[in-house]
Amino acid sequence: MSTVVLLTMTGLGLGALYFLIASGLSLIFGLMDVLNFAHGALLSIGAYGTWWAASGHLPGAGPGGAGFVLAVLFGTAVGTAAAVLLELAVVRPLYTRPREQVLATVGVGLAVPALLSGIWGSDARTFPGPKALSGTFGLFGAQVPVNRLVLVAAALVVLVALRLFLGRTRHGLVVRAGVEDRAMVTALGIDVRKAFTLVFAIGGCVAALGGALGGLYFGSVDPRQGTSLLIFAFVVVVTGGMGSVSGAAVASVVIGLVQQFANYYTAAGLGDLAVVVLLAALLLVRPRGLTGRLA
Amino acid sequence: MTTGPLLAVRDLRVLIGGRHILHGVDLDVARHGVTALLGRNGAGKTTTVRGVLGLVPRTGSVRLDGEETVSLPTHTVVRLGIGYAPEDRGIFAGLTVAENLRLAERRGADGPAYGLVHELFPELKRRERQLAGTLSGGQQQMVAIGRTLLNGNRLIIADEPTKGLAPKVVTEVAQVLERAAEAVPVLLVEQNLAVVRRLAEHCAVLADGRTAHQGPAAELLGDAETARRLLGVGHGPVTRASSVEADS
Repeated sequence: MSTVVLLTMTGLGLGALYFLIASGLSLIFGLMDVLNFAHGALLSIGAYGTWWAASGHLPGAGPGGAGFVLAVLFGTAVGTAAAVLLELAVVRPLYTRPREQVLATVGVGLAVPALLSGIWGSDARTFPGPKALSGTFGLFGAQVPVNRLVLVAAALVVLVALRLFLGRTRHGLVVRAGVEDRAMVTALGIDVRKAFTLVFAIGGCVAALGGALGGLYFGSVDPRQGTSLLIFAFVVVVTGGMGSVSGAAVASVVIGLVQQFANYYTAAGLGDLAVVVLLAALLLVRPRGLTGRLA
Repeated sequence: MTTGPLLAVRDLRVLIGGRHILHGVDLDVARHGVTALLGRNGAGKTTTVRGVLGLVPRTGSVRLDGEETVSLPTHTVVRLGIGYAPEDRGIFAGLTVAENLRLAERRGADGPAYGLVHELFPELKRRERQLAGTLSGGQQQMVAIGRTLLNGNRLIIADEPTKGLAPKVVTEVAQVLERAAEAVPVLLVEQNLAVVRRLAEHCAVLADGRTAHQGPAAELLGDAETARRLLGVGHGPVTRASSVEADS
């Protein structure tokens, strides 16, 4: 029983992390048809930004309490800024050339980890975090790490915030309409490119937050973390249905749980395979993913 | 500038995927009433409209009230005061009726004219929380036309608004366009010649991506031989080419 509880909580934590990457990825693809292979790099930037700030480089920030919150805010802000820069400087000039656009994001996705390795080395760095978040708590006989809960709570907040944004705001309305028919949105007199930048900013912000909190989950940061998580985020996006935030949420939980349970009850590594098999099976039955719709 | 046509299109050329779709379209839209854009299937009517709006890459000259718009992006062209109801209606199926209309709101002096839209289409008020994808074709067309009436536009472009609709709904749509045209000039792409006969004062006919004829609509439709040659409407009086009676 305690094993099942622990696996479930760890799977949910991992699912939450996947959701933080996949939600932005899904919106970006849904609205702009951009496969953003640099999305993992945004997560890494968030993770390193937080690590850098919490390691005492940013005045006021630190590994504990309000200092850690400040460090997370800093990492998230840097990731958001990087996402906006990415959209304006790399993605925007290539909207009419989708192939080059994909290649450019792949390039950024490779360059950022290389840059991080160049500056801070390719080895994993211990991630400083508050003592309160590094402990465990008892749940049905299992000792569950607190950081799992932090990730799940953050993912829930992000899910609610994204749904409110999409459902209640004018910008959200433009994004939902743009996912359906971008050209018609412009034909109503709306500059859809502003929505592109906004969606990139949101996606970058959420991914960077995922990087910051992922540091807690893994206990360390390394330059390749973002890229390896990105693969599963793509699986989540395809499983959940392109452009659907709620679909991404459900798919994240399913993928995280399947991966954890399969890794534990079969051989280590088979969990990753199980996820891909699950995706293939789903696509055979429902080619558009769990949901073809947004929000 | 208050003389001359409201919209003056000169030598509009559109090249898509290495293929010339338009070879030089000239088109004047009058400052009052309905100007019909006619032609056989594939003549380039929809591409002309999309070219005017910048939805396809184009060259030539498109002047709205004397202002050159050919190098402007679509959203800027539209903000100059154009309401556009596209051929496929351009409805956002996953949004509600109210959201579809809200999306079309633009900042203007008077604010969105919901009073007018709901007066013309009371159905839209009753169904405002319904997803637009679940509406009938006629109701979707009401949303599409409603969007063009929401803002104080200078020009309405309606691309085959009666296509695929039941005869009764065609009459309804025609009545609404007739009423809209009292206040705002309309460029109407239309295959239903009964509707054209009822609404249009002026017309332009396209053939193979070029302008083949421009002039008063009654003149063209009254000349069975020319109409048949340009529009391919078959034998007999032009009015009977359509299944719909103009009832006023």
